[in-house]
Amino acid sequence: MASDDHLVEVENLVMYFPVTAGVLRRKVGDVKAVDGISFYIKRGETLGLVGESGCGKTTTGRCILRLYEITGGKVFFEGKDLAKLSSGEMRKIRRNMQLIFQDPYASLDPRMTAGDIVGEPLLVHNLVKGREYKEQIAELFRMVELEPYMTVRYPHEFSGGQRQRIGIARALAVRPSLVICDEPVSALDVSVQAQVTQLMMRLREEFGLTYLFIAHDLAVVRYISDRVVVMYLGRIMEITSSDELYDNPLHPYTQALLSAVPIPDPVVDRQRKRTLLTGDVPSPVNPPSGCHFHPRCSMVIDICKEQEPELRDIGGGGEHWVACHRV
Amino acid sequence: MATVTVDEEKTLEIKDLRTYFYTEDGEVRAVDSLAYDVRKGECVGLVGESACGKSVSALSIMRLIPYPPGIIVGGEIIFKGQDLLKVSEAEIRHIRGNRIAMIFQEPMTSLNPVLTIRRQLTESLELHRGLDKKTATEEALKLLQLVGLADAERRLGEYPHQISGGMQQRIMIAMALSCNPELLIADEPTTSVDVTVQAELLELMDSLRAQFGSSVIIITHNLGLVARHADRVNVMYAGRIVETAPTDILFGEPKHPYTLGLLASVPRLDLSRDRKLFVIDGLPPNLARLPKGCAFCPRCYLAIDRCREEKPEIEEVGEEHYSACFRSGEVQKDKWEHF
Repeated sequence: MASDDHLVEVENLVMYFPVTAGVLRRKVGDVKAVDGISFYIKRGETLGLVGESGCGKTTTGRCILRLYEITGGKVFFEGKDLAKLSSGEMRKIRRNMQLIFQDPYASLDPRMTAGDIVGEPLLVHNLVKGREYKEQIAELFRMVELEPYMTVRYPHEFSGGQRQRIGIARALAVRPSLVICDEPVSALDVSVQAQVTQLMMRLREEFGLTYLFIAHDLAVVRYISDRVVVMYLGRIMEITSSDELYDNPLHPYTQALLSAVPIPDPVVDRQRKRTLLTGDVPSPVNPPSGCHFHPRCSMVIDICKEQEPELRDIGGGGEHWVACHRV
Repeated sequence: MATVTVDEEKTLEIKDLRTYFYTEDGEVRAVDSLAYDVRKGECVGLVGESACGKSVSALSIMRLIPYPPGIIVGGEIIFKGQDLLKVSEAEIRHIRGNRIAMIFQEPMTSLNPVLTIRRQLTESLELHRGLDKKTATEEALKLLQLVGLADAERRLGEYPHQISGGMQQRIMIAMALSCNPELLIADEPTTSVDVTVQAELLELMDSLRAQFGSSVIIITHNLGLVARHADRVNVMYAGRIVETAPTDILFGEPKHPYTLGLLASVPRLDLSRDRKLFVIDGLPPNLARLPKGCAFCPRCYLAIDRCREEKPEIEEVGEEHYSACFRSGEVQKDKWEHF
């Protein structure tokens, strides 16, 4: 059951999408996007979620927001089971959870002014009236380091980094407790990435936000997160503190993922152990038996092919969860 | 990492290249007085943020600048002793895709969706190497195996949408290598693929470089990639090279404030999470309205009056190390913590 300092608790979450074929759209299988995962997010922490494309990280975020009707399992938010809420109650609770998208070009309505984009959630949730509206928008703009006079401009008049700031201001307009950030900086240039990352960290401190930070860039995720969840083909391979992630990765997949990221210092990079993953990620329609990672794993033994390893805590001191027979 | 011998012999020499675009905003100097060399067997990294002229400089080498609005205003691109800007359209067509090949950023948009993988691969083999259909297909199969594509025979009959992004990029590499190019230009070759696939593809390019002795230009904004794979790095800003050095030296002792800023602004796996990221304030300049002095000056922490008035020329600051900054002597890596 949900404990008090856990803002979000996910229990055995399963999300399948049907695959249909033929003129009758008969169901022929399932895309097993998320296949039984459990984790929690503590109040005020940043939980990173990493993995290759198609591992289910975005789907997990959307399930927490209840944008999908989940196939199985439970999601608790502030101790409440989301599946048991009426749509009216859900609407109220959704104010407390907001989403920041990857693509600041596609996620802002091109026909609305930046001010209206940021202010829309305030109107939807009936949070302001009259003159307050304009003041609040100006305040939100200042908060994300944009100038209030920019409120009358349209999205195309902003740069990528500024557009992402608008997305952040919009998400924070209703003062949420949880912000799900889906690849918030990966479409931005290096120097702008640093600007937006620092801004997000500052806002977290200022408003006591809790972040679920979904990204494929391990260096960024490690930098901003307190703990990191590593996903592969719909399952969790490892959950560790961000410091442990680089110093003591236990799962062979995490190790391979880390070694694939080159370090921008040739001297340091040459000294690292390199494990090269070969082949592509198998299809989530028909995932491998046993441990999903076994066909690409360098440490595979017979049991890995038959039995799904359990996610267990082996952390001395802090928590360190790993799902591998060989650890 | 594959060991590659780098010759003194130059495969490519770019001298004072200027590619401008004429738009409603006025003259946009996408590439301005660009100069660098690529030696035989060398891998040169070209790094910088979007719109700094990286891709335009690559397209200039291939003579693929769309006219209008773009035009190569001046300079020389000497490839194996021959100025590519002076050869006829027929000659450049013989060089393009044959002796100089390019891998583009988005494999899905660069592959032709209505042609099978076989057709896309055999086209250049038939055109440039004069092979007949049957030999070309055999050769195509060999290429796919070379780039490590599983199930190559079946893949030949498939269309681009039927395969994953990583496989598409592998096919792009196979196409680029089909004529054993002397120069391979990879423009953001891995931005659309996962890190694991990225590592594999670049490893593959390294080993092919070792095997065929081709030269490679990697264009990217990923500093890690060049640290791992390039022999030499050119840092571009606003259409020019602001710093160039052998990879170890550039990362070890950067001498341009922009290079230092880039290095200090990326989170690193191996460094403490307490390290504050350096933020380069502001945005890259509008190339149609470049400032009078140094283009980086409005964002530079070392800027002085002289930088606002005068454009710094690129000067030698160490062995094979050049920087375009009046204050390059004061750029110090150990000052990171003080940002």
